[in-house]
Amino acid sequence: MENIQMTARRDFLKASAAVGGGLTLGMYLPLGAKVAEAQAKTNSPNAWVKIGTDNSITIMCARSEMGQDVYTSMPMLVAEELEVDINKIKVEFAPPAEVYINSLLGGQLTGGSTAVRDAWEKLRKAGASARMMLVGAAAKEWGVDAGQCKAANGTISGPGGKKTTYGAVAEAAAKMEVPKDVPLKPAKEFKIVGNKAQKRLDTPMKVAGTATFGIDVRVPNMLYAAVAMPPMIGGKVQSFDDSRAKNMPGVKAVVQYSRGVAVVAESYWQAKKAKDLLLITWDEGPNANNDMVKVWAGLKDASNQPGAVFREAGDADGAIAGAAKVYEATYELPHLSHSPMEPQNTVADVRADGATIITPTQFQQLVPFVVAGATGLKPEQITVITTFLGGGFGRRVEVDYTIDAAEISKAVGAPVKMVWSREDDMTHDSYRPGGYYKVQMGVDGGGKLVGYRYHGTSPSISSRLFPSIVKDGIDPFAVEAIDNFPYAVPNHKLTYQMHDTGITPGYWRGVSHNLNAYVVEGFIDEVAHAVGKDPIQFRIDNLDYTEEKHKWSGLSAGVAVGGRLKKVLEMVREKSGWGKKYPEGRGQGVAVMEGYNTCLACVAEVSVTKNYDVIVDKVTYAIDAGQLIHPDQAKAQVESCTIFGQSACMYGEITVKNGGVEQTNFDGYRVVRMNEAPKAMDIHWLESNNTPGGLGEPATALVQAAIGNAIFAATGIRVRKMPFTPENIKGSMKA
Amino acid sequence: MMISFNLNGKQASADVAPDTPLLWVLRDTLGMTGTKFGCGKALCGACTVHLNGNAVRSCQTPIGSVAGQKVTTIEGLPANHAVKKAWIALDVPQCGYCQPGQMMQAAALVAQNKKPSDADIDAWMSGNICRCGTYPRIRAAIKDAARMA
Ligand code: FES
Ligand code: FES
Repeated sequence: MENIQMTARRDFLKASAAVGGGLTLGMYLPLGAKVAEAQAKTNSPNAWVKIGTDNSITIMCARSEMGQDVYTSMPMLVAEELEVDINKIKVEFAPPAEVYINSLLGGQLTGGSTAVRDAWEKLRKAGASARMMLVGAAAKEWGVDAGQCKAANGTISGPGGKKTTYGAVAEAAAKMEVPKDVPLKPAKEFKIVGNKAQKRLDTPMKVAGTATFGIDVRVPNMLYAAVAMPPMIGGKVQSFDDSRAKNMPGVKAVVQYSRGVAVVAESYWQAKKAKDLLLITWDEGPNANNDMVKVWAGLKDASNQPGAVFREAGDADGAIAGAAKVYEATYELPHLSHSPMEPQNTVADVRADGATIITPTQFQQLVPFVVAGATGLKPEQITVITTFLGGGFGRRVEVDYTIDAAEISKAVGAPVKMVWSREDDMTHDSYRPGGYYKVQMGVDGGGKLVGYRYHGTSPSISSRLFPSIVKDGIDPFAVEAIDNFPYAVPNHKLTYQMHDTGITPGYWRGVSHNLNAYVVEGFIDEVAHAVGKDPIQFRIDNLDYTEEKHKWSGLSAGVAVGGRLKKVLEMVREKSGWGKKYPEGRGQGVAVMEGYNTCLACVAEVSVTKNYDVIVDKVTYAIDAGQLIHPDQAKAQVESCTIFGQSACMYGEITVKNGGVEQTNFDGYRVVRMNEAPKAMDIHWLESNNTPGGLGEPATALVQAAIGNAIFAATGIRVRKMPFTPENIKGSMKA
Repeated sequence: MMISFNLNGKQASADVAPDTPLLWVLRDTLGMTGTKFGCGKALCGACTVHLNGNAVRSCQTPIGSVAGQKVTTIEGLPANHAVKKAWIALDVPQCGYCQPGQMMQAAALVAQNKKPSDADIDAWMSGNICRCGTYPRIRAAIKDAARMA
């Protein structure tokens, strides 16, 4: 845990963002200099709450809304203690400011399923503190003790029938001293937090079609940009001929920028049509000949390196050598695209005296600094406005597209909306890295697990984006769901070898949980079957029930959580009707994991047709995520993760040829559609008042392992190569 | 070229090249940004609108072919339409980006099928992608909307 929390902060301070086209910006973020402009209003008791003299209440949302419900769940935390009606408040996206930094990540960043975890105490305290100041101001005005006053529903009542509203005392409250001791309600008094009937605050506008995504932004005198970027990863413009493009109707300018050529026109369609007429010669760069043969040969070759040890006990190799039985397997996992439904875009207005960047971003705090680097302006001259995000999934942690838009706006001297096509988006993504995994388990004559070797080889995302969190050859975001290996094997050695495949790696919903959980849970399933044990009971029998601390997977619980995992396994066994007899071609598979301090078990039930098409009939979950803030949307996140994970494991694969990504749209990159989504989903929660765990990501990883194990149960075929296409399933048959 | 058509019950006109997709006329020329761009290739359904009551992909509909006809977008689907009510009741949207297209596609279904089966819904809705995975709620909302409609 320390590793990430302590160094990530420093890291963001020196954020080194390697952006498209090979431009690397290393810079210092002077956070102190950029404290909330948003709190300058006199009627703000603190940076989270604005109270109008008309009694309007605005709660700031400092995380990006990309579907995961922060627009509602974050204000719910504030409102619980502020004592206001959550359904009457307004929500505003916060500008970049130090006060809004995510303490789990060290930056104003939405990711790592941390929003609720970071906010849990902080936002309730913010609400309570504001309420205390409002009550204090009223009490002072009435000349009574604050203890005699009570706040409810935006009003304050005092002795002798005195009554006032938050709006009436807001100005005085803003001048009150910020309370130091801020007691919080016990869980049993929650009225908003945990309310199962609470609706999302953004649904009405999303249903009306009026929610503003980045791509919907319009500013006066705005022009539109369509772009041509190198078809090969790491390519650059060598020269271009715009003689046809620039004479097309509506075209205002054709400009070269760091990573490509932009056509700027009066409308997007005019820009796009003209862009298609550009003739560009590319400098193909270092990856020009990259293809999948090279990618896989490189990964397999690198896997022969010893790698860096991130966890070790006893003598794993010795124990395996001396074991009665040794099981081993290798796993091949592909690169994946984020492909949010809203392609990347940004409205940039770069002027001589400053710039405004309106963008769907997960990392607003970084934007002023990269845009400053690209325009020569100072970070404090740059205003960033965050819109709704049409999906994020980690893609919008990267700020490359804001730099592009700023460069283009600067070049034409006008506000510009740059819109990527789907093809731009899919071929200029940062990709969930692929990986090659080797595992071994030694079992003694009595069936006990005695030795475990895990060796993962995959690209390091953090080495590209936040290198200072990478230490001694280990990227914490490459060893999630394995650093906290949940089984007790006395001799184990877990190693990681980083290897660059020439395919830009990026943080992708669940990050390395997706890689490691599949290998860990797929392989433990193999061992369970090999020793003739029931896969759920075998897991329960072999969980690590000690309290051993884990060093590297910084967003996890940080300690072994065998007891919690056992509970969710028992619950899922009961709820899924585990052990049913199925006809051939149908079966159940289980997987369990702790990620983001959430413990989950999943049983998937699949049918595999004669042609090896997989149908997911049902998924059942048992989840211990601690206290749920917004239960219905906690459920929605699990539904969402399930289908996102299902897309990945059943269809997802990005490949390169001649250095460029081959999949360009949803025909080449298949994702789950209505008819393919699980026929049933059954989600159960362990009652808990524990601190909330993250839910935006973990099920994404887990469901893939459960589906893989269900395919084995249905067919007897162990598929160690994703995705689970008929081809890969058939190909696994002989193995 | 000036092209006129009926948009959400009102006369609208745009002076654009006739091959311009309806999608971009709606979004850029007329400022109606409820209709979304997802793929530009009839692969995702984000841009779905009604043309004379039928669900069509506006990214594949040249404005020239729309002249004199009746277009309905998410902004023109009444607030009390069964689909909108069902979507709100079940909190269907997550990021929300695909939802205007999903709702326009669904509205065309419930207009003609009062009791859509799962198979009907699969067949009708599988051209609309939701990366947030709201399919289970869309399915349930369509059934509710069909009952209300
Ligand atoms: S944008 Fe028209 S179908 Fe995708
Ligand atoms: S709600 Fe996000 S893509 Fe459907």
